[in-house]
Amino acid sequence: MRMNAPATLFDKLWAAHEIARREDGEALLWVDRHYVHEGSFNAFGQLKARGAHVAEPGLTFGVADHYVPTRGSRRHIDNPDIARMVRTLEDNTAEHGIALFGLEDPRQGIVHVVGPEQGLTLPGLLVVCGDSHTSTHGALGAYAFGIGASEVAHVLMTQTLWQRKPKRMRITVDGTLAPGVAAKDIALATIARFSADGATGHAIEFAGSAIRALSMEGRLTLCNMSIEAGARSGMIPPDQTTLDYVKGRPFAPKGAAWDAALAAWSALATDAGAQFDREVALTAADIAPIVTWGTSPQDALPIDGSVPDPAREPDAARAKYLREALDYMGLMPGTRLTNIAIDRIFIGSCTNARIEDLRAAAAVLAGRVSKVPGLVSAGSSAVKRQAEQEGLDRIFRDAGLEWGESGCSMCVGINGDVVPPRERCASTTNRNFRGRQGPLARTHLMSPAMVAAAAVTGRLSDVRPLLAGRKA
Amino acid sequence: MEKFTRLTASACPLDIANLNTDQLLPARFLKLPRAAGLGRALLRDLRFDAEGRERPDFPLNRPAWREARIIVGARNFGCGSSREAAVYALYDYGIRCVIAPSFGDIFAGNAAQNGLLTAVVADDAAAALTRRIDETPDAPVTVDLEQQTIECRGETLRFAIDPVRRARLLNGWDDVAITESYMREIAAFKTADRARRPWARPAESR
Repeated sequence: MRMNAPATLFDKLWAAHEIARREDGEALLWVDRHYVHEGSFNAFGQLKARGAHVAEPGLTFGVADHYVPTRGSRRHIDNPDIARMVRTLEDNTAEHGIALFGLEDPRQGIVHVVGPEQGLTLPGLLVVCGDSHTSTHGALGAYAFGIGASEVAHVLMTQTLWQRKPKRMRITVDGTLAPGVAAKDIALATIARFSADGATGHAIEFAGSAIRALSMEGRLTLCNMSIEAGARSGMIPPDQTTLDYVKGRPFAPKGAAWDAALAAWSALATDAGAQFDREVALTAADIAPIVTWGTSPQDALPIDGSVPDPAREPDAARAKYLREALDYMGLMPGTRLTNIAIDRIFIGSCTNARIEDLRAAAAVLAGRVSKVPGLVSAGSSAVKRQAEQEGLDRIFRDAGLEWGESGCSMCVGINGDVVPPRERCASTTNRNFRGRQGPLARTHLMSPAMVAAAAVTGRLSDVRPLLAGRKA
Repeated sequence: MEKFTRLTASACPLDIANLNTDQLLPARFLKLPRAAGLGRALLRDLRFDAEGRERPDFPLNRPAWREARIIVGARNFGCGSSREAAVYALYDYGIRCVIAPSFGDIFAGNAAQNGLLTAVVADDAAAALTRRIDETPDAPVTVDLEQQTIECRGETLRFAIDPVRRARLLNGWDDVAITESYMREIAAFKTADRARRPWARPAESR
C-alpha cells in the first residue's frame, strides 16, 4: 500500500499486524489476543506431540463455555464426558501458564461475551479463537476471525498466523430502525439478501447511520453473524460508543496507555475515497422483524411473510433445496409464519445474551406468561449478576421460564441442553442447521424480543403489537 | 501431513448446498479424540437414521460409492463452525478430495492443513460432473493437483485452488517449520510493536 493512499479500516488493521509477506502473497500476522476453550484440546494435543510451549501465555486467555452445565451443580458435573472436557481445559491452561476463566470464576461466560466485557478485546487488535463466531469481536474495531485447530496450535506456538488478505466489502445501512427491530434483524436481512456464502472471502465493514446508532451490544450481535454470510470477519470503526464501552474495563488500558490508545484508535476509520472490492447498501427503514423458516440462516423472511412453496419455484435445484428444508422443519408450503406453533424457546448464546438482549426480552415478557417452556442463559456470569440486580431474572421466572447459568448451552447442544427430536424452538442463536440444537431439532432464529413474543403467544409472532404502551 | 499429487478413485456426489460442518461432524462427536475413529461419525445424521440404521438412499451408502475417496459437493461446502474435526472425519473416512463450486473459508484452510484437497469448479461444471458420475457410478475420477485438472470418462476440466494451499498440499508443508525460519522477523516486530502500541497488551497484571 502506498503511503497516504486512502485506506479502509481493514487495510489499516492488516498493515499494523503484518510481520512479513512472502512472494506468494501469504502474510505472517501478529496476534494480539488468543482465546481458547474446551474445544481447543486438539490444538493442545498438537503442541504436546511436538513438545512445544506456548509463545505468549500472557496474550492467551482460556474460557470454559462450550460444555459447561447451565443447570444443576457446576462444581460436581454429573456427566463424566463433560466433566473431562472442562478438566482438560483446566489442565492445559495450567500447564502452559494461561489465565483461565473457569467454572468457579466470576468472569466466566461465553468467550465472545467475556472478551469484550473484560476489556481484553480492544479496538485495533488482531483477535483469534478456535470458533467461527470470533467475528463478534470486530464490533470494537478489531480484526477478529475464527480459526481451526491447526491454526490454534500455530498461534499457541508462535503468536502468529499465516493468512492471505481477504477482499474488502462494505455494507452500509443508513436511516433509522423502526421500534421492535434490532441488530439481529439487520444481520438476518443481510444474510437473506446475499445468501450464506455471499460474503465468502471478504472482510466486512459495517457502516452507515443505522450502524453508528447501534449500541455496543447490537454491534456485537451484527458482527457475530458475519460468518453466517460467509465472511470470516466483520468490523465497525470505533467511535464514542466504543470508547465509552471500553473505558474502565478490567484489562483495558489505563493512564498514559489509555491516552496513547485514544490517539491510535482515532485513526481507525476508513479514509474518504478508500476502495472496497464490493459495496452494498441497505435502508434501515425497510427492515422488519425477521424469523428463519429453514435450515440455513439465509432462509429468513419478515414475520408477515409465508413459508415458500417449492411448486412455485422455477429453478429445479432451488425447489429441491426448499422441499428438503421444509421436510426437515415439518412445515407445509405457503404456511403463514405467524401460524407456526412452537414447543419451546431459548434465549442465550454469543449472538444475543448480553444485558441489552435480556432487557429487550424482559420488556415483552414482564407481567406475561410463556405458553411454552424455555431456558434463559445469560451470555456471561457478569451479565447474569447484572440481570439479577435489575430484576430481570424475576420476570423470566414469573413467566415460567428457567433461569440458567452462563454457557454456549442450547445454541450448540453439547452441554446437555438440547431441543428434543422434532420439537420446534424459537431461539436467539445463530445457526438453524439440521440437528444444531439436538438431533432432529427444528430451530427458528430471531431477535430476543421476537423470541419473547413467540413465548407469550406460543407461535411465531410480530413483537411490535406486544410492545404497544411498553418501554422497549 | 501426507502430500497430495494425483488421485484416481471413486467419486461420490453430495448435491447438498450449504453442507455445513455440523452435518459433516455433528457436535456430539466433538469431544472424541481423533484416535477414537471420527470417520465413523462422518455425516452421521445423514448416513444413518435416528435408530442407527443406514439410510440406503444416501449416496455414500450406495455400493458404488462406499469406498469413495472423492466427494463432488455443492455450493458453500463446509460452511459454519470452525471445527477442524470435520476435516479429520472426512480424511479418516478415506476422503482425500472435495470438488465443489465454493467452500467455507475456515473449512478450506483447515483442509489444506490436513492433506485434504478442496478443488473449486464452476457451478455448471460441478453439476455436469455430478450428472456424469450419477450415470456411471463405477467410472473412476482422476484429480491431478500439479495440472489442476479433473478427468472423468475422457472429459477433463480445470479446477482452481489458492496457490499457497496447492503448494502446501503438493509439498506436505508444515507451517510451524516455515514460521520458525521467521523468528528474527517476529522478534523484531514484537519489540517495535511494544513501543508503537504500548496499549495493546492486557492492562491487568496477574
